[in-house]
Amino acid sequence: MDIWGYRRPDGRAGIRNHVLILSTIVCANEVADRIFRSVEGVVPVVHPHGCGQLGVDFEQTKRTLVGVALNPNVASVLVVGLGCEKMEAKMVAGEIAAGGKPVETLVIQEAGGTSKAVRQGIDLAEKLVRQARAVPLAPISMEELVLGLECGGSDTTSGLAGNPAVGVASDMLLADGGTVILSETAEIIGAEHLLARRAVSGEVAQELLAIVRSAEGDAVRMGVDLRGTQPSPGNIAGGLTTIEEKSLGCLRKAGTGQVQGILKYAQAPPGKGLYVMDTPGQDVESVTGMVAGGCQLVLFTTGRGTPVGCPIAPVIKITGNPRTFETMEENMDINAGTIIRGEETIDQVGKRIYDLMRAVAGGQLTKAEVLKHYEFAITRIGPSI
Amino acid sequence: MESEQRGMVVVIDFLDNVATAVEDLKAGEEIRVCIAGRDTLLRIAQDVPFGHKVAIAPIPKGREVIKYGEPIGTSVTDIRLGEHVHVHNMVSNRGRGDLPMGVQEEQL
Repeated sequence: MDIWGYRRPDGRAGIRNHVLILSTIVCANEVADRIFRSVEGVVPVVHPHGCGQLGVDFEQTKRTLVGVALNPNVASVLVVGLGCEKMEAKMVAGEIAAGGKPVETLVIQEAGGTSKAVRQGIDLAEKLVRQARAVPLAPISMEELVLGLECGGSDTTSGLAGNPAVGVASDMLLADGGTVILSETAEIIGAEHLLARRAVSGEVAQELLAIVRSAEGDAVRMGVDLRGTQPSPGNIAGGLTTIEEKSLGCLRKAGTGQVQGILKYAQAPPGKGLYVMDTPGQDVESVTGMVAGGCQLVLFTTGRGTPVGCPIAPVIKITGNPRTFETMEENMDINAGTIIRGEETIDQVGKRIYDLMRAVAGGQLTKAEVLKHYEFAITRIGPSI
Repeated sequence: MESEQRGMVVVIDFLDNVATAVEDLKAGEEIRVCIAGRDTLLRIAQDVPFGHKVAIAPIPKGREVIKYGEPIGTSVTDIRLGEHVHVHNMVSNRGRGDLPMGVQEEQL
């Protein structure tokens, strides 16, 4: 059965019709933010990067910025730059235009300072919003969805309830012919042998083991116990003792699907099915990477409770902890805590998650959207110079 | 593999030597738990908060702690039946940059 969404010029299906105000450089954040706050119907992307970046680190930041702009949930983009930065606004806008997306560019040094840039930006953004409103609804199908899987603020209920229920919903989307991305490489440490057995080929299994080894090596080379951050202090307070325990629970988000390939941070999956993206365990950086890779919707499990969302993709928040659902209901879309209370089975909650995914894909707002949670962060692989 | 059950604790796999508390457990209380397919009465040795682990088998020092049917780390003391199992009596075996070089290379 079809759902209603938006057909983009490149043929991909969007489930939102956002006009994106995209800052390319930390120096343009304030102007971009003031434009965002002055215009109804736009979403912001601001970040502390865009200058003093070299090589693969620069390329990754650029791939991420262009990737989120080309995400099918975005109707059009206003790129805001300063004028002297490495991440030149016109270059970024050029790559977005090459991807077939309507784009406008605003350069603060050319506009004549803050106030003039903000006024020009508001005019440009309002024009883009009027154009976006004219984009007609179009039938799209579940098989066109790229679903991102994330967990954050985990506790032991995540592995018992929230993640296995998401695994059921993930399997249902794969059965529809859709695409699913599992992320957070550090949270595969200790469970990689189980995931590697599900790889489509020996090569994919080796690639998976290599990214996990590299993430573990980062901690080992720092001469510290990974437990300094994995599990986090909140994870430990919630009963998670080791990264192995956390990972075995995390893996359940990915259901039973076969792993088709390994993606770089912010890389779009080349086909359908289940993929693993090499992202850090920092939730917002990880979600940003998947959304830059084209994911239109995120299922995000939590035990301790976390409010974070995303400017581009709706984030559905699921908690396996019934106490957290009670204390943070404002932020939680699904209570999977019914599983550990014996009131529902994992399959029943998984089906509820799938039904909510369909509704959200059809336009229903998530709690993070209602609360306008627009967190955005790009992971760095080199220092600023 | 998975045993879904109502009650005070959840045991995920037949091989597990720990269970997860889904209520706050008090020292001295006796709870019903399904261990290796058998309904057993387990006496709780120490308070175990909601979400934390309790030993459902004795775990001698240096042995693997098993949850999800997989090792999640190693005990650093003798852990008795019904004891709280957490950072005070077990360690991770992964990402241990704090250990001597030879051990690290073995890990990688």
